[in-house]
Amino acid sequence: MQIKKNIAVSETGFVFDPTSGESYSINSEGQEIMVLLKDGKTAEEISETMCAEYEIDKAGFEKYFYDFIGMLRQFQLIETED
Amino acid sequence: MEKKQFERPYIKKLQAGMPSKFGMKSRVEPLTHIEDNGVGDLIKEFGSPLFVISENTIRDTYKKALHAFSIRYPKVQFAWSYKTNYLDAVCRVFHQEGSWAEVVSGFEYDKALGNGVKGSQIIFNGPDKTDEDLKKAVENDSLIHIDHFDEMYSILALSEKSGKKPKVAIRVNMDTGVYPMWDRFGFNYENGDAWDAINRMMINEKLELVGLHSHIGTYMMSTNSYKVAAGKLADLAHGIEKKYGVHIKYIDIGGGFASKNTLKGAYYPGTDTTPSFGEYAEAISSGILNSELDPRNLPTLILETGRALIDDAGWLLGTVIANKRLSSGNRATIVDVGVNLMFTSFWYEHEIFPAAPVSEHLEETTLYGPLCMNIDVLREAIAFPLLKKGDHFVIRRVGAYNMTQWMQFITLRPNVVLLDTEGKPHVIRKKETMQNITEQEVLPGHLT
Ligand SMILES: Cc1ncc(COP(=O)(O)O)c(C=O)c1O
Repeated sequence: MQIKKNIAVSETGFVFDPTSGESYSINSEGQEIMVLLKDGKTAEEISETMCAEYEIDKAGFEKYFYDFIGMLRQFQLIETED
Repeated sequence: MEKKQFERPYIKKLQAGMPSKFGMKSRVEPLTHIEDNGVGDLIKEFGSPLFVISENTIRDTYKKALHAFSIRYPKVQFAWSYKTNYLDAVCRVFHQEGSWAEVVSGFEYDKALGNGVKGSQIIFNGPDKTDEDLKKAVENDSLIHIDHFDEMYSILALSEKSGKKPKVAIRVNMDTGVYPMWDRFGFNYENGDAWDAINRMMINEKLELVGLHSHIGTYMMSTNSYKVAAGKLADLAHGIEKKYGVHIKYIDIGGGFASKNTLKGAYYPGTDTTPSFGEYAEAISSGILNSELDPRNLPTLILETGRALIDDAGWLLGTVIANKRLSSGNRATIVDVGVNLMFTSFWYEHEIFPAAPVSEHLEETTLYGPLCMNIDVLREAIAFPLLKKGDHFVIRRVGAYNMTQWMQFITLRPNVVLLDTEGKPHVIRKKETMQNITEQEVLPGHLT
């Protein structure tokens, strides 16, 4: 899973995709996940980081995480794997 | 270190200066209670899914409708349209309020009798009345609304045998400016068929023509069509007065008022566009009052209103089974309520609410039923918060047609409860059991 390289994630909760010209708003959880993804972290590592920081267990997080990835994919913010 | 409260991560596209249809709602308020009964408590006690009907809402809606007509027309009578919801408890609430019964089959006819409705207060409509049905209706002095000439001759033959003079009306179809025109029921006004039927009855004298009936369609948004229909029936009644010196006792304008549900593809929600009872009443009463009919001898106005009287009084409670993403990336939520119970989801975009406060973030979601069939879609696209497996939700305005057109398909039908005027729930139809279904089946010997 890789966020497209040219996507800009701001700390104030905005995402900009220069290819499509679309912008998005995200909450802080979404923003953190996107930053971790951009850093090339794996799903496992992201889960660990988030569960340490937030009041949530791994099983619970995983569900939301993949739902979120689904949204990123829908908005074409993720590199398609070939 | 204390951990932070976790909120589901979300991302939402920003649409600069492009609000969606209604400036897309940014929040869905939960619907946690139905008349002081917690949704979760009701489901705990009676299971999920669960139909809930409010007696108070039925009575209030009925009173509003009756009032709207009574202040505009001197003689008004409602006849409860059984096919819209023929659970006995529901019918009896309407009958207690003063409604007669409007039925369209021998089965419904017997149900009305079973509910204590006097034969003379049952209106028998529809194209399919067997000789057996007609005989019963004639004996009970019911009001038989003739749909076609074959039926008229059956009734004539019966009346000769029984020596009774059946009370009949004819159903008239007509052009009221709405399309498609429902010309498959009754006799046409414009081409003279209606007059033809009237003349044959009046000359023959074996039948007592007491009424004229029309039902121009269902979910009719045009009040003017009712004005046209009422005017045309009044003209026929006046013609009969002139030609035969007979006063028609009633004009039955049928049902068809729109409920506040939103039709699929409608631009504005039904709550904004549906005419009020007052607007329908204004159109219909002026259609009759502005005719040539003698104002000292006006016919009773009968209304067979169905959906507009009961839709608001019904809710369907259900539970989330699962969430998934479709290949397109779109979110799908699978729930335990499908088109088997929600026949009306084929034509309405029903309002659906979470039963508890949830995240503020809405996402376009497809709501699927549990049926393992591609057609089983409750809402193709609804702005909806993420509900978890096991969360409850409430579908609003489901009182009309769902509890009669539901299917026993793949699963069994659930409990229906009525909240009485104190808000206390009563099961009025028990959930089906395996035995209910299999006891109708018969195994041939070689398969036992
Ligand atoms: C003859 C007749 N009367 C009344 C009704 C009730 O109609 P609605 O529920 O649209 O008011 C119907 C419904 O189809 C009908 O056929």
